[in-house]
Amino acid sequence: MKHNLILRVIVKFLFPVIALFAFYVLFHGDYAPGGGFQAGVILGVAFIFYALIFGLVTTEQVIPPQLLRILASTGILIYISTGIVTMLLGGNFLDYDMLAESPVTGQHIGIMVIELGVGITVSAIMLMIFYAFASRGRS
Amino acid sequence: MIEQNLSLLLVVLPLLAAPVTAILPQGKAPWLLTLITTWLCLILASWQLSLVTDGSVISYALGGWAPPWGIEYRIDAMNALVALLISGIAAITLPYALHTVEKEIPRHQLSLFYAVFLLCLVGLLGIAQTGDVFNLFVFLEISSLSSYVLIAMGEQRRALTAAFQYLIMGSIGATFLLIGIGLLFVETGTLNMLDLHERLQPIMHHRTVHTGFAFIVVGIALKLALFPLHLWLPNAYKYSPSAISVFLAATATKVAVYIMLRMVFTVFSTDFVRATPTDHIFLLLGVFGVILASIAAIYQTDMKRLLAYSSIAQISYMVLGMGLASALGVTATLVHVFNHALMKGALFMAAGALVYRVGSSQFKKLDGLGRHMPWTFAAIFIAGLSLIGIPGTAGFISKWYLVLAAIEHQSWLIALVILLGSLLTVVYMWKLVELLFFRPITDPALTVTEAPAWLLLPMWTLIIANIYFGINTELTVGVAETAVNLLGIAAIHE
Repeated sequence: MKHNLILRVIVKFLFPVIALFAFYVLFHGDYAPGGGFQAGVILGVAFIFYALIFGLVTTEQVIPPQLLRILASTGILIYISTGIVTMLLGGNFLDYDMLAESPVTGQHIGIMVIELGVGITVSAIMLMIFYAFASRGRS
Repeated sequence: MIEQNLSLLLVVLPLLAAPVTAILPQGKAPWLLTLITTWLCLILASWQLSLVTDGSVISYALGGWAPPWGIEYRIDAMNALVALLISGIAAITLPYALHTVEKEIPRHQLSLFYAVFLLCLVGLLGIAQTGDVFNLFVFLEISSLSSYVLIAMGEQRRALTAAFQYLIMGSIGATFLLIGIGLLFVETGTLNMLDLHERLQPIMHHRTVHTGFAFIVVGIALKLALFPLHLWLPNAYKYSPSAISVFLAATATKVAVYIMLRMVFTVFSTDFVRATPTDHIFLLLGVFGVILASIAAIYQTDMKRLLAYSSIAQISYMVLGMGLASALGVTATLVHVFNHALMKGALFMAAGALVYRVGSSQFKKLDGLGRHMPWTFAAIFIAGLSLIGIPGTAGFISKWYLVLAAIEHQSWLIALVILLGSLLTVVYMWKLVELLFFRPITDPALTVTEAPAWLLLPMWTLIIANIYFGINTELTVGVAETAVNLLGIAAIHE
């Protein structure tokens, strides 16, 4: 795809828009349809789109597979640590009320952090699956 | 704080350790972290059991949402016993895993292997802890998906086919369970087990409830490897890595038995089981399972497959206990769940030790090995006695209660089948003994030494447990009786 100028320009133009939309879906998740999973998929798609046009090698320079494994684990750890923090604050596991003065703010913060964790893991896994399929036969 | 969150920490601890393990460098570090996690889980599980042996119940509301709206972890004696069994077997399997896994799993996959193992543990412990049927389904999927991966990591390429076969059968089972749960949810609007039980009482005669029940029972029966839905099991156990066949043989099907007990007796009720043909179906399949799977075991030419078929036969004993639908029968089932995990764990460890030395569990490779590996051979012999049900071993206790339950039920045929099953067990275990001890070694140049201590110590821990629980039944039978009392199984009224 190296000589296909139109596609290359479109990807460069669309990549930030898709990524931005992913974050919109993520942070708007508690008011509107969406949330961590959907946002993660959209962000993953942005990178997959990039990889389809610019090739696997370039994408792996941007996001190496090792980094993906760390990102995937970090997402889960964010999720579980939120639960552990609420336990340390004296509540039950994932009792967001503990996270702030008023329970409503606490619920907001809690669900946002959780969704962020989910988003990171899902986008990392999406890209991992793509790498696994795209690099078949390369070894 | 720890005691307040005890039942949850048991699930969260391995869940926290799994992603950390996945990013640790290859080598001994992932193993060490997994080892520490499993032992901590064992401590928590024993603590939890000590809190509920008097018949009390721990209720934990996740996220502070009161049941039945939120997810509830509800621990009574039965949950705690199963959780102790799972974490205990995991803790014993891990020292065993060190050398066998290094030999069987490529080095660059070690950290992922242990991460998936921890996820499998999360799933199994979660099933044991939760009091919410949908949560139970999710944990069942976590444990199943990770066990497909673990089985596929076996050395031979046929491990992939075995894992795929299990994947298909397991997914059908999980789908059936989900359809059943969905139907019950449509009827009652709740997912909490106790709430379900109460709301189901007035509408037990509805067709939807009966259909949901049928889907749930068939779905769990697939996971349970209940005869005739057992065909995925022998290959899955044979081709998986040695440590995994130990862990799965001792826990996975036992947890499925637990799910069956919970669904049938807590969510539904003994009266429902007796009013529908459920108990007769259990008895029928149990009888056929005990006899046919034992006969199939006799004709195997591979030690791991022989043990797998023997597992199917032993599971059929547990189903017989359920089919009797009496307090004594279910006590026997629970005790056998615990005891069978001890004996099959030890036997698969011994099989793994033989594989560790000669690279195969095929009979033609095993001739006369027992004389070179006396400790492993002695372990097989004692665990075999326990499997047969010789007095003084754990196996005797569960068979004894099962026979008592059959006599109480006045089913002489069932009692006879239990004894016949034991006789068939003598035949296939003797086949192993004869092969390992009395046959000449095929290749005199072959020098085999005893398995390393890391393999022998966990194996013999289980053997000693087999003898200990054959003499002291306070933990197994005592806790099982408390659990059965809480299940509220009505007495038999003829």
